[in-house]
Amino acid sequence: MGMMEKLDDVAVSGAREYLTFRLDQEEYGIDILKVQEIRGYEPPTRVANAPDFIKGVVNLRGTIVPIVDMRLKFSCSKAEYNSFTVVIILNLRSRIVGIVVDSVSDVMELPPESLKSAPDIDSVIDNGAVLGLGSLGDRMLILLDIERLMSSPDMGLIGAAD
Amino acid sequence: MAETHQDSGGAGGDFDLTQFYQIFFEEAGENLDQMEQMLLNLNLETADDEELNGIFRCAHSVKGGAATFGFSDVAELTHQMESLLDRLRRHELQPTAIMIDVLLESADASRSLLARHQAGGEGDAPPTADLVRRISELAAGRSVAPAAAPVVPASKPAAVVATPAASVKKTRSLEISIGPIERPEQADAIRELFRDIPGLGEITSLPSERKDVRVFMVETASTDDDLLDLFAFHVSREHISIRSVDAVAEGVVATPSAPAPSDASPGFGFFDGAPGAPAEQISVSVAATSTESKAVSRAPSKPAAGAVAAQPEAATIRVAISKVDQLINLVGELVITQAMLAQNSRALDPAVYQQLLTGLADLDRNTRDLQESVMSIRMIPMSIVFSRFPRMLRDLASKLGKKVDFVTQGEATELDKGLVEKITDPLTHLVRNSCDHGVEMPADRLAAGKSETGTITLSASHQGGSIVIEVRDDGRGMSREKILKKARERGLDVSDQMSDGEVWQLIFAPGFSTAEVVTDVSGRGVGMDVVKKNIAALNGTVEIDSAEGYGMKVSVRLPLTLAIMDGMSVGVGEEVYILPLSSVVESFQVKADAVSTVGQGSQLVKVRDEYMPVIELEKVFQVPRFDFEKSSDIMVVVEADGSRVVLLVDELLGQQQVVVKNLESNYRKVPNVSGATILGDGKVALILDTGALVRRSRH
Repeated sequence: MGMMEKLDDVAVSGAREYLTFRLDQEEYGIDILKVQEIRGYEPPTRVANAPDFIKGVVNLRGTIVPIVDMRLKFSCSKAEYNSFTVVIILNLRSRIVGIVVDSVSDVMELPPESLKSAPDIDSVIDNGAVLGLGSLGDRMLILLDIERLMSSPDMGLIGAAD
Repeated sequence: MAETHQDSGGAGGDFDLTQFYQIFFEEAGENLDQMEQMLLNLNLETADDEELNGIFRCAHSVKGGAATFGFSDVAELTHQMESLLDRLRRHELQPTAIMIDVLLESADASRSLLARHQAGGEGDAPPTADLVRRISELAAGRSVAPAAAPVVPASKPAAVVATPAASVKKTRSLEISIGPIERPEQADAIRELFRDIPGLGEITSLPSERKDVRVFMVETASTDDDLLDLFAFHVSREHISIRSVDAVAEGVVATPSAPAPSDASPGFGFFDGAPGAPAEQISVSVAATSTESKAVSRAPSKPAAGAVAAQPEAATIRVAISKVDQLINLVGELVITQAMLAQNSRALDPAVYQQLLTGLADLDRNTRDLQESVMSIRMIPMSIVFSRFPRMLRDLASKLGKKVDFVTQGEATELDKGLVEKITDPLTHLVRNSCDHGVEMPADRLAAGKSETGTITLSASHQGGSIVIEVRDDGRGMSREKILKKARERGLDVSDQMSDGEVWQLIFAPGFSTAEVVTDVSGRGVGMDVVKKNIAALNGTVEIDSAEGYGMKVSVRLPLTLAIMDGMSVGVGEEVYILPLSSVVESFQVKADAVSTVGQGSQLVKVRDEYMPVIELEKVFQVPRFDFEKSSDIMVVVEADGSRVVLLVDELLGQQQVVVKNLESNYRKVPNVSGATILGDGKVALILDTGALVRRSRH
């Protein structure tokens, strides 16, 4: 699916709401409907042989949920854990995953006309996982296809039998 | 329930029945299953009203539902069944083997009709006209002569429970009420007496109106005094009252239209409301009322089978499994919260916070009780699985021209529902195999000096932390030579020195199960590899025991439940891991010089006379260590797949029951880890896969 078509999809369905969060200096947006809840960070249980951006697993009211640090995943310069560090719990189809971000900003409604397709750029993010750019005044929002990002093979979240 | 709202609020006010289809299909399926089981257990000569009423009720509810939902073909067929059953229960007709056959066939036909409706009415409807005609002729009292009416085992219903040895003494029906006592559980021990003492008789619980009173129906040849003496071990004499109910029973049997049990309840309310009625009197009155409904079922020499089959419209509700799982999760959370509160309150001064601490102690107890009862929700008796076999064997045996008795033992053994569902298919396979290949043709059996009828026994029992299900037959068993020969032909690595156990294991080899093997060897090959794989997936094992000419036994050992496990928590660095207690053999502290290395790599430790490979969990799990002075010096010997290894850990933290959680549902499979659990402080701990660790040491 090409970039334009993807944006068209978004455009057709009208304005959508996005949860925006910060990673370092960048601001990202994800479909609010994929977000289950937002929690503070608590140290997870480390899982051996996992990629470094998978911090481990936590207990979410009886469910074992893996925690992905987006800052490590996107190679941010620093990944500190303090009282502002936030975990966004995502509900992606049948899976529940937590992502660690620097902070959550707000929920925004973006009208279709403020969406731009992303130019081809050299980035650590799989290009297919960027839905487009949203502009709100002088702020630029990177809209992520979080479901695609989380299910990409290098995330190791898919049960590759060994 | 949201749909209900929308529907009823719709402009047309049209009530949409389709939303109830699923419930109807499930209930109808259950009713048909129950009816089939009762038909199979029906003893033609001594069929009593209670059994016939039960069968009638099943047909009646299927008919009622089918008519309501407009499935006219099902309604028509079940209506005919109902008419026949109605005449039977009124004693206007005597049940015959042909009737049972026709009714069973009709139940099958109803099932396929229902399945077709459930699938949206696609495909051809199975023809039922002939069945309808045959039933209605039978109901009209004419004898039907369908040329091929099999006169096979109908008159010889599969014994579902071993029938107690027929007593020459005259048995009496008694109603025994015990109480009022403070702990009515005491009375349950009496039931065990009947189980443990052969020939004592049969006991069934009756519903009791009062919490502190237990009522039992007993059939026995013993005298009242003997019984009182026996019972006195458990409850004092003055709390036991014995009444004979024979008279009542006869009275009811004599009346053709005995009240169905469902009609019997109104009496209860009356006595309940009587103010100031003395306790004694209430229990007697209750007994009298329930006698009316139950005594009918207690005609002497009734096979025990009825007790299983004729379970009343079970007081159960249908709940989605996801809701139960959620409940279990929530209670788990509650337990963790409670543990946290308990820990935090430990430092409080008991004198100052007395009330708070009492409250916390209560919370502790209540939480544990709650957890226990929630866990038990998932457990269901094995009889659910066993009940499908009598019919299957009856059909299979008559198709093969064999004579088979089916005996089940321990059907009250409880197993996790998730396991029950998964074990059904492998068991079906094993039972089929026993009938198909194990039990010989009647003539062959006679020639071998055995009785004409073969016996297949299915038993379930608890053994330690696992449940063992056995399928036994007294058929021809397996031939060691033939299996070895076949294995050599297939190029498998075998030798004559192999133990019997190893030889039998060969039939689990994939590909060993081809048609010619099946007939040449004793034919146990069909899909045994699949059976083994399915059982291994449940953390279970399969063992075979066989004696040529005498039969064979397949034992399946399963963990009690997949959800809970006894675990031993061990500390490595700052981390905690859980070992399945079932695989822990022993643990001890070791000195560094006890460990020797082989080939500059693998370590071995000598435990008594045996050298065992050492696995350092710290290395396997790359545990970060902050205190470099310390090194692991505690060894835990674990056993899996028949081999032992030693795990090196820092400390033993304790034993506890852990709730096994799946890591793969949100994450993925992690090597050497079988799952995860939640510790008392809310943290996640990984459960080690000892099987994988043992295999790891092998290469």
